[in-house]
Amino acid sequence: MTFWNKVIAITWKDWLSEMRTREVVSSVLVFTLLVILIFTLAFGADRELMTTVAPGILWATFAFAGVLSFSRSFVPEKEHGCLEGLMAAPISREVIYAGKGLSSLLFMLIVEAIALPAFAFFSNVPVLSPQIILVTFVTTVGFVAVGTLFSALSANTRAREMVLPVLFLPIVIPILISAIKVSELALTGEPWSNLFTWFQIIGAFDLVFLAVSYLVFDFVIVE
Amino acid sequence: MKRNLLLALGFVSVVITLYLIFVWVPTITEMGIVERIFYLMVPMGWLALLAFVVTFAGSVLFLVKKQDRWDFLARSSAEIGIVFTTVTLFIGAIWAKPIWGVWWTWEARLTATMILWFIYLSYFVVRSFATDEHRGAVFAAVVAIVGLVDVPIIALSTTLWRGMHPPALVFKGDIAPEMLLVMLTSVGTFTILYVFLLMLRVSVRRDEAEVQRLKELDR
Repeated sequence: MTFWNKVIAITWKDWLSEMRTREVVSSVLVFTLLVILIFTLAFGADRELMTTVAPGILWATFAFAGVLSFSRSFVPEKEHGCLEGLMAAPISREVIYAGKGLSSLLFMLIVEAIALPAFAFFSNVPVLSPQIILVTFVTTVGFVAVGTLFSALSANTRAREMVLPVLFLPIVIPILISAIKVSELALTGEPWSNLFTWFQIIGAFDLVFLAVSYLVFDFVIVE
Repeated sequence: MKRNLLLALGFVSVVITLYLIFVWVPTITEMGIVERIFYLMVPMGWLALLAFVVTFAGSVLFLVKKQDRWDFLARSSAEIGIVFTTVTLFIGAIWAKPIWGVWWTWEARLTATMILWFIYLSYFVVRSFATDEHRGAVFAAVVAIVGLVDVPIIALSTTLWRGMHPPALVFKGDIAPEMLLVMLTSVGTFTILYVFLLMLRVSVRRDEAEVQRLKELDR
């Protein structure tokens, strides 16, 4: 089997187990919708205020959703003894990183594909623009690059649920800032060319952290 | 012996630096007396970064060579680094109050320093929540590597996001020569202090490990 065949096999395994248990997507989705509901409710019916705060709300929500979904990425593997199986399989650790990352990306994108229209619906802010959809995708790739690494790491610590956000959130702040900025500019109708710098930062972050996490993943995965 | 020499050198340079800051250098900019905070803030900020770079280097060597002494270096440097970062934040706030009228503002370098502080913190969190000592050291090394790689991206994004800090005078070349001299002296003095503390901490850590080893032999 080639590298990608093995990666797809792991992603397919996660997809099947998700289809049967519906553990990650459904719980993260409910959580995300609740956070959106609370925020839109808190800022009320003031349309102008809502447009101002919408980018911040959107990205705070997605960051929290990311933490929640990554906390479920490696913990079930560990609880059910599946991690030993993965490690005993004749595949390199990097394959595990890529496979788990791909399935996390898939689950996050499903959640966001439902949460984004829901946010547009509740807040009356037109967040369903091509700019915001694109920035959501590239930022999620960055989240997953870092989140998968820290998910594997925190699964081997005590108080995992506490360790993961402490590790994950400070590292992703630069792409959070960039994503908020892009959303802000997109909502005020700026042309694509003005968003380019921010997309560059997110793109650089994605590439750098996919590479770094790929290289150091070997050290964080232990039985 | 080397450490005592360094201590003596550090003592002399502290005295010189204090003289330069409080007696020799005139107040130059329109900020007034407040500008003297720079002579403390700049070295602190510099050491916050330097300590993190040393932590990163120690972590890489630890992961590659698997020798505990590199972890001792990385960890000791991080301990000193988080202290310097904390001091930078406090001094920054004290400086911001008379100049900008607020204790805290989301200004680029202040924000970046705050994020750095949280990354330092996660370095220690991971260690204390690891299930055993060695694993904690490996995990912390990973955090240090990921953290350092993040620093330039943080710096870039916060600078583009907010910028009301006085632009780095040193690089623009229009800093008064007296100010530059005092600033560099101060940076040198504090770097000596950092190296001294680092040597002290590493040697304590080495002794601890030795005691631990002897205890296990006895058992």
